[in-house]
Amino acid sequence: MSTPSVEPVPLPAKRRLAQLAMLAFAVVITLGAYANVGLAIDGQIPSGMLTYGLSLGGFMLAAYLVLAKFAPWADPLILPLVTLINGLGLVMIYRLEEVKAFGASANQQLLYTAIGVVLFAVTLVVLRDHRALQRLTYTAGAIGLVLLISPLLPFIGEDINGARIWIKVPGGQLQPAEFAKLALLVFFAGYLVAKRDVLALAGRRLLFIDLPRARDLGPILITWGLSLGVLILQKDLGSSLLIFGTFIAMLYIATQRTSWVLIGILLFVGGAVLAGLIFDHVQARWEVYLNPEDPELFVKTGGSEQLMQGLFAMSEGGVLGTGFGQGHPERIPLAISDFIFPAIGEELGLTGLMALLMVYALLVERGLRTSIAARDPFTKLLAGGLSFLLAWQIFIIVGGVTNLIPLTGLVTPFMSQGGSALLSNWILIALLVRMSDAARRPAPQAIQDEGMTQVFQR
Amino acid sequence: MSELTLLLIRLAFLAVLWFFVIAAVGVIRTDLFGSRTPATAPARKAPKPAKPAAKSKKGEPRQMVVTGGPLQGTTITLSETPITIGRANDATLVVSDDYASSRHARLFPQDGQWIVEDLGSTNGTYLDRSKVTRPTPVPLGVPIRIGKTVIELRK
Repeated sequence: MSTPSVEPVPLPAKRRLAQLAMLAFAVVITLGAYANVGLAIDGQIPSGMLTYGLSLGGFMLAAYLVLAKFAPWADPLILPLVTLINGLGLVMIYRLEEVKAFGASANQQLLYTAIGVVLFAVTLVVLRDHRALQRLTYTAGAIGLVLLISPLLPFIGEDINGARIWIKVPGGQLQPAEFAKLALLVFFAGYLVAKRDVLALAGRRLLFIDLPRARDLGPILITWGLSLGVLILQKDLGSSLLIFGTFIAMLYIATQRTSWVLIGILLFVGGAVLAGLIFDHVQARWEVYLNPEDPELFVKTGGSEQLMQGLFAMSEGGVLGTGFGQGHPERIPLAISDFIFPAIGEELGLTGLMALLMVYALLVERGLRTSIAARDPFTKLLAGGLSFLLAWQIFIIVGGVTNLIPLTGLVTPFMSQGGSALLSNWILIALLVRMSDAARRPAPQAIQDEGMTQVFQR
Repeated sequence: MSELTLLLIRLAFLAVLWFFVIAAVGVIRTDLFGSRTPATAPARKAPKPAKPAAKSKKGEPRQMVVTGGPLQGTTITLSETPITIGRANDATLVVSDDYASSRHARLFPQDGQWIVEDLGSTNGTYLDRSKVTRPTPVPLGVPIRIGKTVIELRK
């Protein structure tokens, strides 16, 4: 038996150089934006620029080195795209801090970015084979549930701005739901791989659509109940919509059955209408959505002022924007977190927003591409689910601030100030990188060692 | 800072932002149009260019594409190593399919041809319409069916 050539075929190239170049490009753009803010506000390049640039560049270089060592075949674009989004978010927060916007702190966000990169590295180093997660299907489900419920517990839970989604940790608060969604996604992927045949095949045809059997509705009903629970008990519209929507999308990816999507939409609309009739806070959001320009709603607490200020900011920006440091994004309440998108819109205009959305779209595309290229069903589902989660989250928040859909209060991934979301999204990216590494790696060569079945050349 | 400078900076920044997007699209162009650099890529990895170069002929398949079943769209680049297909976790192509065996079939190269061999699967491997009973050469573009999965060799 002759040993086949050890060298892998180089066709799906690693593209390391391209990755490094794009990474440097992203850091340079961020630095340019930073300098631009200083020039516009103080007329000089900000003094902290060197430290700032060195630290951001250093973090990303570290992330790149870990990636090159532990996931050499990973997709070359994921890290640079995330770097650019994270960097622009940092600049915007710095810019808001310059004009004393409420709560903005660029240093804190830079620290969170550092921790995010550390978590990214740790995930890549510890998780050598993401399929190990498949063995933890039900454990992940349990962890996800516990994390979701934890803010409701006495002592550790905390109530901020009317939403009970925080727990106290030493040195601040944490939003466990951000991490819960990752755990739940692993659970969904593992569960659907095991059960998808029965969900995909059993059923009967009614008119033009394949309906599943009534007893197979269990999982979707349970998830629906879970997301309604989040909506009612924690008053967190965003996470509720996020979890349920992602589950429906993964169910669709797993079964290729349109009826699940229809059932999901019907269930969600039903639940939302019900919640709107019973709970004030849901109804208030709905009224704001229908009539944001109503003067009465504008002055009301929790009314439409935030939304309208965001819309004003974007209209002020127009096509080309006011330029960094020359608008007034500090007038939008909470411009640092939920409303960072309109704040960017004011300063960079439609042109900048479209570029930003393109960057997000490319990121999601790389994730979906990983899912297509993956060689086993669990990876396919998990990569598809994670990418959809990202896309869905962006849709919900951007749709919300542009008044396309009712505003539900989610963070913009990688941009908004806030530790929990940033950290969990960096872990998400690490998972995607790990999976794209597995998907793009040339076929494994280790099977030769088994001997027995491997005589293939005389 | 004068208004004009700031205006120029603003426009330049937006242009650079879009240039980044275009550069990113350039990096993934290979996804859409295939790799255009097979000639230069092996040259970069110099150590053993002679052996693969001698073996690669014009009509030889380069890729295995899954054209049907749950893994549809997956592409595996063919090298000198055999490809195993089955439900086992260490198979090259892991299919989760009740109709596939854990080690279902194998594809391996021989004298510039790819051969498919059934590894004693329960439900059999089909090349086009006929069941594979002994190692059979696989022509380009002919479907191989394994359970619900259909694969094809392509250039």
